[in-house]
Amino acid sequence: MLRNTQTSFGWLSQALHWSMALLLSGLFVMGLYMTSLNYYDPWYHSLPWWHKSFGLLTFFLLLIRTIWTLLNSHPKSPSTHKTWEKNLARAMQKLFYALIFLIALSGYLFATAKGKGIEFFNGFVIPAPSQTIEENYVDLIANAHEIMAILLAILVVLHALAALKHHLIDKDQTLTRMLGNKPRI
Amino acid sequence: MKSILQKTLLSLSLTTLLFTSSYAIADDYLIDKEGTHASIQFKISHLGYSWLLGRFNDFDGRFSYDEKNPDKAKIEVNINTKSVDSNHAERDKHLRGSDFLDVKQFPDAKFVSTHYKENTDGTATLTGNFTLHGITKEIVINVTKVGAGNDPWGGYRRGFEGKTRIALKDYGITKDLGPASTELELLLNIEGIKQ
Repeated sequence: MLRNTQTSFGWLSQALHWSMALLLSGLFVMGLYMTSLNYYDPWYHSLPWWHKSFGLLTFFLLLIRTIWTLLNSHPKSPSTHKTWEKNLARAMQKLFYALIFLIALSGYLFATAKGKGIEFFNGFVIPAPSQTIEENYVDLIANAHEIMAILLAILVVLHALAALKHHLIDKDQTLTRMLGNKPRI
Repeated sequence: MKSILQKTLLSLSLTTLLFTSSYAIADDYLIDKEGTHASIQFKISHLGYSWLLGRFNDFDGRFSYDEKNPDKAKIEVNINTKSVDSNHAERDKHLRGSDFLDVKQFPDAKFVSTHYKENTDGTATLTGNFTLHGITKEIVINVTKVGAGNDPWGGYRRGFEGKTRIALKDYGITKDLGPASTELELLLNIEGIKQ
């Protein structure tokens, strides 16, 4: 089913969830790796280019996902979930969206600080803001980009561990709601 | 955006200049920062295939010069290192970082002349101490006198051109940019307004 149901996430929600999971993990590893390369590395220029293109793609998916989440009802939480778990899960979802948004925004701002736009693969160029940014702020924004990405990575690991805990220890449907589309009771 | 330290240094050097000029008759000039008729550029090889030019957008300084006694000329220039500009946002960020200028730790670069010797052909040799990346070394700048005279707005101006080479590793910048890029050329164009 396209839309979320009472018991499970629809295929679009699932596709957005897993593609962003893959993209964000890739971007994180790529970001750490590309900034460690030396000047003569063959990937010195290409990796940042891919990083920016995939970063933009992730941002576009986030916009679609935010709209889609607002248009859809959330599947009912399994009855085994305690109230604090539900509240925490909701807060985490908002925090994830906010963090991804801010990481993308900060990346965009410091890459375009001198007025040069960002290429989206070989398709089109996202223009830079009309205002250039002062050096102090550029460095601050760049540091924030990295710190927020590390924070997001930690939260993603906790998120995955929590999902596995629900699946393996509690044996509830928390994880399977996000996997496949079989109707569940 | 100037720190108190910079202001103090500037006022100290101003005081020094005032005192020294009370016995020397040399004219004092303030580098025309306001009108940016001065530039500090660097030129470094890119892979050995072409030249990359960048500059420092924010610096100030003064010099004194007496036509009757040119060898007494003095100059002092302070550079705000974070103003490094190679017209590329990510590269500039990299240049400000710890691989290169480390501007957080070393916000200022500075040149203070110790000796000036003028030749008869309008060129001169300027010796002085250049501090960059926290390291001070003596450098020699090849100077060409460009001109001097009244400007159309009631002032008096004097300008020089200077060139020198520095090795990055002399200033503790060890990031490997390849064998063609171990040194850079500093291209200095200085215009001062007589005070």
